[in-house]
Amino acid sequence: MRRLLFVGILVAPLALAEPTPREVQDIHLRDFHAKGVVKKEAVAQDAVQRICTVTNDRPGAEIAKQLEADQMKTIAFPASGLMGDWKRGEDIAQSGRGMTFTDAPGTPNGGSCYNCHQLAAKEISYGTLGPSLQGFGKKRGSGEETQQYVYGKIYNAKAYNACSQMPRLGWSGTLTEQQIKDLVAYLLDPASPVNQ
Amino acid sequence: MAAGPMKMRATLGSGFTDVRVLMTHPMTTAQSNQPLHFIQSVTVKQNGKTVVEAQISQAVSRNPVFTFRLKGGAKGDKIEVSWLDNKGENASIETAVA
Amino acid sequence: MKRLLFGLSLIVPLAAPAQDAKKEIEKYQQMLGEGSPAELWELEGEALWKKAQGPQNVSFEKCDLGLGAGKVAGAYARLPRYFKDTDQVQDLESRLLTCMTTLQGRSLKDATARLFGNADRPSEMEYLVAYVVGQSRGHKMAAPVSHAKERASYELGKKMFFYRAGNWDFSCASCHGEPDKRIRMQELPMLSQPAGAQKAYTTWPAYRVSNSQLKTMQWRLNDCYRQMRFPEPEFASEATIALTHYLAVTAKGAPYNGPGTKR
Repeated sequence: MRRLLFVGILVAPLALAEPTPREVQDIHLRDFHAKGVVKKEAVAQDAVQRICTVTNDRPGAEIAKQLEADQMKTIAFPASGLMGDWKRGEDIAQSGRGMTFTDAPGTPNGGSCYNCHQLAAKEISYGTLGPSLQGFGKKRGSGEETQQYVYGKIYNAKAYNACSQMPRLGWSGTLTEQQIKDLVAYLLDPASPVNQ
Repeated sequence: MAAGPMKMRATLGSGFTDVRVLMTHPMTTAQSNQPLHFIQSVTVKQNGKTVVEAQISQAVSRNPVFTFRLKGGAKGDKIEVSWLDNKGENASIETAVA
Repeated sequence: MKRLLFGLSLIVPLAAPAQDAKKEIEKYQQMLGEGSPAELWELEGEALWKKAQGPQNVSFEKCDLGLGAGKVAGAYARLPRYFKDTDQVQDLESRLLTCMTTLQGRSLKDATARLFGNADRPSEMEYLVAYVVGQSRGHKMAAPVSHAKERASYELGKKMFFYRAGNWDFSCASCHGEPDKRIRMQELPMLSQPAGAQKAYTTWPAYRVSNSQLKTMQWRLNDCYRQMRFPEPEFASEATIALTHYLAVTAKGAPYNGPGTKR
């Protein structure tokens, strides 16, 4: 019989210093304060935020499905007429206003779409955090199902991808129903600059 | 706003002297709602002799940085830069060419 | 005598395609780097450092920024760090507040009355920060993680970087966790990796041309959280210091090149 000498590797001191998720949340609640339209409780995590944080945005197929199903339940699809006005939609896509602690309450919010996405070809000031949406309607058509998908995605992106970096613009109260309809048109209307 | 700090560097090159001046000034233009307050002229003297007299337009930004390249020059030359604004305020700075 | 008409205008990307715009912005940034109004803030900061203030009527010249009383050269490159007298990990702005209150005898209320200035009237903190960081120019970033509290601070900062919260579910990593991304036309350094952290952390605090102000690290964090749709962080809180510590350690080894100049 072989005698094996096991040398226990000491857990590196760094690992011992790691705070728990609860501790991290508590520190946020202690060191952040309400200002303007943003409540202090906004730093406490909901299920999506907590699960995505601890899994580094890779929760695994089963949990992702559950989260997505939960989030889908939050979407209030309009009864009819999901396509609004693309001209208004363009303004909403360009605007980065709203939901920060310096925004005045009562002013219309924007979707901040160009912060992360390319949309109309003529607009060169676009971000690359999200995929390009240039020609979206041209490629996918503007049928009922596509309108539904786009509306839902803008309302609550986590219903389609549990740990998406895209904000839940409808669910969070950032955009109104009409504003989201206008964005649907901006993306899908054949006349929209997005599809030229 | 009172004249803020100014900083200047004058370095000798091969046959020329590079001067870089940092100025503090609000440069409030007609675009803002506030009363106009901007630098109107900048004068550069080399060893007491005026070598540059610049007329400044309102298109210059707040806290401007000016760079001049003067012909010739030698180490130890006295460079003086002064500005005058539309309110009659002025400031100047002097340095030796390094 | 030469008569010259100057009409200096900022280089603005017009109808050029995105790539040309990027080149123009790089050219502009290079121009700015060669002589920045930030140097004026350093001058003013140096004067304030030496000025006697507060009920104790002393200057900052005995202030210990980590390398001993009054030693400024290279001090910023070794922050944040643990301080025995306060038994805390502190960043530069927190440490300046300590010196204002303990050395100069000023009340915390007075010292924190006006931390962020504006283009017409910068704050005392902004001037002091510009001076102190300028004295670390060329020094390699070396924020320590030897003390237990320093390690805890670093680990907390790392957790904070990936903490998703707020009404838009953002974490710092949402924008700064991937390589080669940008928000609109603003390139985003990947702060969770040395290369990105080094590039960013060695050029802040910085003079922001678009604001005509010197912006400090506490301001930078505050404004990030604002755009992340978080509530407002407490100035020089443990949370903000921990996050700074994480950035500083990730950036270690790179020579400091501030105060910088930004768009």
